[in-house]
Amino acid sequence: MAVEGKTIDALSQFELSPVLGVFGHAVSFSQSNLFMVVAVALTWFLMKATADRGALVPGRLQALGESAYEFIQGMVRDQVGDEGKKYFPFVFSIFMFVLFGNLLGMLPYAFTYTSHIAVTLTLAAVVWVSVTVIALQRHGMHFFSYFFPEGAPTWLAPIIIPVEIISYLSRMVSLSVRLFANMVAGHVMLKVFATFVVLLGGLGAVGPFIAAMPLAVNVALVGFEFLVAFLQAYVFAILTSIYLHDAVHLH
Amino acid sequence: MRRMMFLAALAAALPGIAIAASTSAVPVDGMPQLAFGHPEQGRLLVGQIVWLLLIFAALYFMMANVALPRVGAVIEGRHARIAADLEAAQAAKLEADAAMAAHRTSTEAARAEARAAVAGAVHAAQADADAKSAALAARLNKQIADAEAQIDAARASAMGAIRGVATDTAEALVARLVGRADRATVEAAVGRVLASSGRA
Repeated sequence: MAVEGKTIDALSQFELSPVLGVFGHAVSFSQSNLFMVVAVALTWFLMKATADRGALVPGRLQALGESAYEFIQGMVRDQVGDEGKKYFPFVFSIFMFVLFGNLLGMLPYAFTYTSHIAVTLTLAAVVWVSVTVIALQRHGMHFFSYFFPEGAPTWLAPIIIPVEIISYLSRMVSLSVRLFANMVAGHVMLKVFATFVVLLGGLGAVGPFIAAMPLAVNVALVGFEFLVAFLQAYVFAILTSIYLHDAVHLH
Repeated sequence: MRRMMFLAALAAALPGIAIAASTSAVPVDGMPQLAFGHPEQGRLLVGQIVWLLLIFAALYFMMANVALPRVGAVIEGRHARIAADLEAAQAAKLEADAAMAAHRTSTEAARAEARAAVAGAVHAAQADADAKSAALAARLNKQIADAEAQIDAARASAMGAIRGVATDTAEALVARLVGRADRATVEAAVGRVLASSGRA
């Protein structure tokens, strides 16, 4: 699949294909969605195990679940303040969903659903719509003052208001494209260097020695990708928190 | 053990999913992520979005309503327990401090009392010793005075006796040497000699 007629095919790894036989075909349930279910199941089992143990002195698994909980709780509290408490489950779900999507993608044969712009844009849209609805609920029509900062000279309004509206709309794009581009770039690089290993490995006696170089690059890339997996999940969650802060406090 | 088996089963399932995922009959041009016009990929991309919304909603409701409140309760319980323990420790420390202070004051009082008792005893002993030594000195002085008086008396009587003995002896000597002796002359001579030697 990777090497077809000595060309590098780095993109077919992102192709969707229906799983679960006839059912998958009928309802367009792809392997991407299957990994979403796996991510949700893993999140559920982690948090359930954490709650079920409930030990005063946590073990390793419980400490993992509790540190995830306290990490996001602290993030929401720091960014949004005490009013942010009720949005904590939302930010937590976003964080765990993106984190497990990125991490599951690091397993061999696995599919990285965060490498699909359709997925990241939908998540960003969910965040954007939720934030806007929360802002409208809390501030009503006063929310629209967000697009014209207090104290700015009135004659600047024709410039400031369009810029603010575009920047508000572009949150969705920047949030989704950042995650999508990071995951695609990482997986394409891994695939390209893995293909180099195969191509160079076939070059006679010296082949395996030359192939060791792209292999070493791939080893480094895997480590780097784990960093990116955590970092992008963190970025997604903290930007969601910052947008929630704007929705709650309007600047 | 169950966890390990679960992870092993998951790892074994991954190649299965990859192999079962058949590649498209129609080749995909460009990025599969953007192939909304592809007959099969397009449908799957839209389906992916719908399923994503359903699956994410399920995750949110599971987290918000079941998992996170339970984990939060565990963490809250721990914080409450730690706070209570700290409070108890604080109370115990205050109690210990108070006991320590009481102990210190009682020690201080006992020490002062002991010091006073020692000083009193020393004082009494000193007074007693002073009185005893004064009595002893008085007795010794009296004995010395008595002895001196006796010595004086003895000397006086001895001095008195010397004149008689010397006169008798001188008279006897003179009588032996010259055959006779004038008692009065001898007495006068003896008195002269005694007076000249300072023993009158």
